[in-house]
Amino acid sequence: MRMVRFTPRFWISAGVFLLVAAFALLGPIFVGDKLGEGVGGLYDPPSGAAWLGTDDLGHDIFTNLVFGTRTSLIIGLVAGAVATVIGVVLGLIAGYHGGVVEEALMGITNVALAIPGIVVLILLSVALDFRSIVAMAIVIAITSWPWTARAVRAQASSVKTREHLDVARLSGASTLNILLWDVLPYLMSYICMAFVLQVSSAILAEAGLSLLGLGPSDSVSLGIMLNWALVGESVRTGAWWAFVPPTLLLTFVAFTLLMLQSSLDEVFNPRLRRGRQRAGRPASVLTQVGAPAVDARSKEGSPGA
Amino acid sequence: MRLRKYLVGKALWYVGALIVALVLNFLLPRLVPGNPVDAIVAQLGRSGAQAEQLKRIHEHYVAEFGLNQPMWAQFFTYVGNLLHFDLGTSFAQSPAKVGDLIAEALPWTLGLQLPAILIGWLVGNGLGALAAFKGGWFDRGAFLSSLFLSSMPYYCLAIILLYLFAVALRMLPPGGGYEPGLMPDWSLLFATDVLRHYWLPFFSLVIIFIGGQAVGMRSMAIYELNSDYVNYGRGLGLPDKRIVRYIFRNAMLPQVTGLALSIGTLVGGALITEIVFSYPGIGSLLFSAISQNDYPVIQAITLIIAIAVLASNFLVEIAYGFVDPRIRAARAGER
Repeated sequence: MRMVRFTPRFWISAGVFLLVAAFALLGPIFVGDKLGEGVGGLYDPPSGAAWLGTDDLGHDIFTNLVFGTRTSLIIGLVAGAVATVIGVVLGLIAGYHGGVVEEALMGITNVALAIPGIVVLILLSVALDFRSIVAMAIVIAITSWPWTARAVRAQASSVKTREHLDVARLSGASTLNILLWDVLPYLMSYICMAFVLQVSSAILAEAGLSLLGLGPSDSVSLGIMLNWALVGESVRTGAWWAFVPPTLLLTFVAFTLLMLQSSLDEVFNPRLRRGRQRAGRPASVLTQVGAPAVDARSKEGSPGA
Repeated sequence: MRLRKYLVGKALWYVGALIVALVLNFLLPRLVPGNPVDAIVAQLGRSGAQAEQLKRIHEHYVAEFGLNQPMWAQFFTYVGNLLHFDLGTSFAQSPAKVGDLIAEALPWTLGLQLPAILIGWLVGNGLGALAAFKGGWFDRGAFLSSLFLSSMPYYCLAIILLYLFAVALRMLPPGGGYEPGLMPDWSLLFATDVLRHYWLPFFSLVIIFIGGQAVGMRSMAIYELNSDYVNYGRGLGLPDKRIVRYIFRNAMLPQVTGLALSIGTLVGGALITEIVFSYPGIGSLLFSAISQNDYPVIQAITLIIAIAVLASNFLVEIAYGFVDPRIRAARAGER
């Protein structure tokens, strides 16, 4: 094992993800603007004119795939960014400030964690009359920030007791500056990994919602393509070109992002490189990170906040 | 004393979460632009119902939702109805009661999910532990394929299996819970037919679940293998069998938690599998309810999903409080 593969794995997974992104960004140059235009009949098989055939409305599937990947990636990145920002801000404030603020913020976080995300996703999407791409991303972010907030809180409160923070405080730095320059850098590696996971789960959440019939209105995404393929009975009529491309692309993106996350884990945590052990499940990581923080606080008391 | 405080604290948290879930559910039809009752009556009107009948339907729904009362009173009406297990009347399949629709669909979902979760858990843990002990190429192969399966969206595998085995190879029926011509009864014929329709959705779930469990168990077992007590035990010359037993016990604890938590996702965990296979469970019911704007049904399903998850999480936390004094202390300090 000896984890020599850790760097190649990072480069491969990052490279593959960039390739998918390039496909979504540069694809329109090659396919033109045939989106939403009928170019053939019902489920025409792949041909020179339509590389991946046509769907149940006679639209070109390759064009749908390019724009669908783009929509899915945008939703994933926006939702991931919003969720990570909410989680980091709340977690930092709670972990650094401590006391009543921490209890209040973590109370909200724990309640948000307890209620299953799919329930909130369904209720909010049903209540939205028109679901734009950004609205979808925000709905998804609303359900996914609590994990990040909780983990960032645990890490921030363990960083809080370090001595360099006392130095910063004594030299008169403002709380905002301390958080930005003295606490945040310690959490960057974790935040990067959390962001990657958030992006991947947001892409899958969008696909799941679309399959339930709650996808973005007036646009194509990978999930919407699957929804059309299922509703249009493409699986049962054997029109594989309608459902195989979005299925494979979704799986591919999810797997790549997971590999990217786990390779980042190896890059950032030197301990993982030496032995064969990988980071355990998120829950066990949390308790490991959380436990020393609790000890430190009870022993030293809260340093003058 | 400490235990009691822990239990009461946990109970309060979960009651709080339940109330938030109830409020969210309550607000849903009221957040929708326009009055849902007017919308549904207008829809019925287009399909040619009599004016008199429309008026009666309108009054029925207004009374059921308590729309002529202030918001807080509506909320108490809603909760009061729930306490009587009254989930309201379906919009789309009026006058069917939502409770009856759910009772019809729920056994299909539970019958599909419960065996898949249990078998997937057993096989996945065995595979993960084996990969950790054997190491080498077996480990790499098992780990990578498990990682791939666990990252794969479960409905993607469902679609691929459906196409391969039902359409391309024509080995199994392409969906539904049973053949359309059959009447559900307790005959052998019906049972074998149900089983034939069961395999594909079942395997599409169980394979994904095995992957996830194997990845978790493998990393737990490897973590334990590298720990000090294993080295010490080896130094003492303990037989491998004994060490393996220790490792397995320690690695199992989080896995048992995982099992309990996934039982909470029984209802909401495989909604899309049912849609892919047109399986007559909660997922298909939700899908048709969403496409027909049948708010009472949507509301009831999200409520059941929320209650199942909250209840299982609560039970796990309670069990932890009894089992592990360290957790009891740490959690009490954390909050």
